[in-house]
Amino acid sequence: MTFDLFMQYLTNGISLGSLYALIAIGYTMVYGILRLINFAHGEIFTMSLYFAFYGVTVFSMPWYISFAVAILMTAALGMLVERAAYKPLRESPRITIMVSAIGASFFIQNLAIVLFGGRPKAFPNVRLLTGVMQIGAVSLQRLTLIIPVVTIILLYTLLFLVHKTKTGMAMRAVSKDHETARLMGVDVNRTITITFGIGSILAAIGGIMWGAKFPQIHPVMGVMPGLKCFIAAVVGGIGNITGAVIGGFILGVGEIMLIAFLPNLTGYRDAFAFVLLIVILLIKPTGIMGEKISEKV
Amino acid sequence: MKKRNIILTISCIALLALFIWYADGSFDSYQKRILNLCAIYVILGLSMNLINGFTGLFSLGHAGFMAVGAYTTALLTMTPESKAATFFLEPIAAPLANITMPFFMALLLGGLLSAFVAFLIGAPTLRLKGDYLAIATLGFSEIIRIIFTNTQNITNGPLGLKSIPNFTNLWWSFGTMIFTLVVMIALINSSYGKAFKAIREDEIAAESMGINLFQHKVMSFVIGAFFAGIGGGLLGNLLGAINPMMFRFILTFNVLLIIVLGGMGSVTGTVISAFVVTSGLEYLRVLDESINLGFIKFEGIAGLRMVVFSTLLMIVVIFFRNGLMGTKEFGWDKFFNFFNRRPFSKKGVGQ
Repeated sequence: MTFDLFMQYLTNGISLGSLYALIAIGYTMVYGILRLINFAHGEIFTMSLYFAFYGVTVFSMPWYISFAVAILMTAALGMLVERAAYKPLRESPRITIMVSAIGASFFIQNLAIVLFGGRPKAFPNVRLLTGVMQIGAVSLQRLTLIIPVVTIILLYTLLFLVHKTKTGMAMRAVSKDHETARLMGVDVNRTITITFGIGSILAAIGGIMWGAKFPQIHPVMGVMPGLKCFIAAVVGGIGNITGAVIGGFILGVGEIMLIAFLPNLTGYRDAFAFVLLIVILLIKPTGIMGEKISEKV
Repeated sequence: MKKRNIILTISCIALLALFIWYADGSFDSYQKRILNLCAIYVILGLSMNLINGFTGLFSLGHAGFMAVGAYTTALLTMTPESKAATFFLEPIAAPLANITMPFFMALLLGGLLSAFVAFLIGAPTLRLKGDYLAIATLGFSEIIRIIFTNTQNITNGPLGLKSIPNFTNLWWSFGTMIFTLVVMIALINSSYGKAFKAIREDEIAAESMGINLFQHKVMSFVIGAFFAGIGGGLLGNLLGAINPMMFRFILTFNVLLIIVLGGMGSVTGTVISAFVVTSGLEYLRVLDESINLGFIKFEGIAGLRMVVFSTLLMIVVIFFRNGLMGTKEFGWDKFFNFFNRRPFSKKGVGQ
């Protein structure tokens, strides 16, 4: 393998990893605050692509307006899912909430099939993003560089939000202990809804860039990325935002490198994430950046 | 009292046998298929309930175990000719090509292989707890599916297996269902079953009472997987064709749904809800077809059935959290107490 080819793979891996990272942040934030695997997150990601698609093709909006509207609508959808499927079950056993989460994901998926049809659709092509450029012997889509940059900017914005603002402080408080946070005057439900909103915005941004990179959308496309990004969140240490980004990068680069170096195993591409998950869970169940939680009797 | 209950149970089984004999002769193939599916889902639900409901291990790996059972049974029952016809891209691996076994042996081997896989998976992952266990078992089930998609010369890859002999009939499925029920009830009422429930309620307390957590968890997991494999084998030989896409997460979810609706930790709840959910899904098929009311005609919307189904599911999960039966069971004693109790006397039901 030549150096140029390796660089090509590496940049591809990093940009795929950045997409995983953006979606993984949503999982990690929700898990941090509710101890819940938000199974509907993959479907929220899918819906953002459909919103953007319909904005451009049916309502013929310019792409930047359509994308902005799609991001806002996805945020609203995320908050709606939280209100409808998770809020009534706040005090229920864990397994009930999990089933409700899977049910919500199942519902959105089927609704998408009914509303948008099961046939794949072509995501609108945006020249500014998909144009090809040359760096030395490596030729790249502009997107390949834009995605990691956007991810890093969003990561730092989010870290600022969580650690320096009042809302962020409320989020951290709620993630430690709902009851105590409530006693300190934090509106727990509002904080949780905001968390879902932020997670969904990031999923939408990731989704739209995903659509630009792999321009084919269909109603069940969110399932695999959804699972993989949850794995990225677990690998990085669930509940930790920087960890989710690191996990996303590991997953993206690892996946591309597996294909690059061992082309025979291309069919096992999706298995890579699960194997990585199990290895991490067995070696360090709290993930790379996770804190050790001791069990109290 | 005990004698009465045994007589009642045996007469119920006899009634069921009579019904099956009647159904086998006079129902059409569609109705028979639904009944078969109901019985198979009872087996699957019971096996998952043992792991999730009675032992409190949140496992989402059921589709993987079913796939192992279904593929094993199918490969062992197919004739060499139909194997040669199915594996046209790449010939089947040598020892499998000529093996054909009776259905019972194949089913048993499918279950055993599935149990063995569960043992291999369980040994490392059962140290994990809660959500981590759920996602790890889900991961393993996906890995099994991906392996089956890629081993062209054993499983015929994404094309799947076709022309599997239709050995599963009402006798097989209901017979296996009764067998599973008997084993489950015996297991749950044994000292092992009590240990399982203790683990579900509180692991630390159970451990301090001298229960070997790991050993009991592995045991529950392996027995559950054994019956899941048998259920998968029955399903494969009922449908006649299987492929890896059948064993996606959605299949696990269907079974999970049955046990949640029936009540986690209730055998009778699982039986009732398996029948209700499986036949309900078929009745909802009306929604996918066009409805003609004479003066107005609704175009059928493909997929509406699943939307309605998932809505119903969400409603049940949100408003009836413990499912149909909770952890309660239907029993003859309770049944008679229900009729014998006097509303205003102080002696209530089993108080």
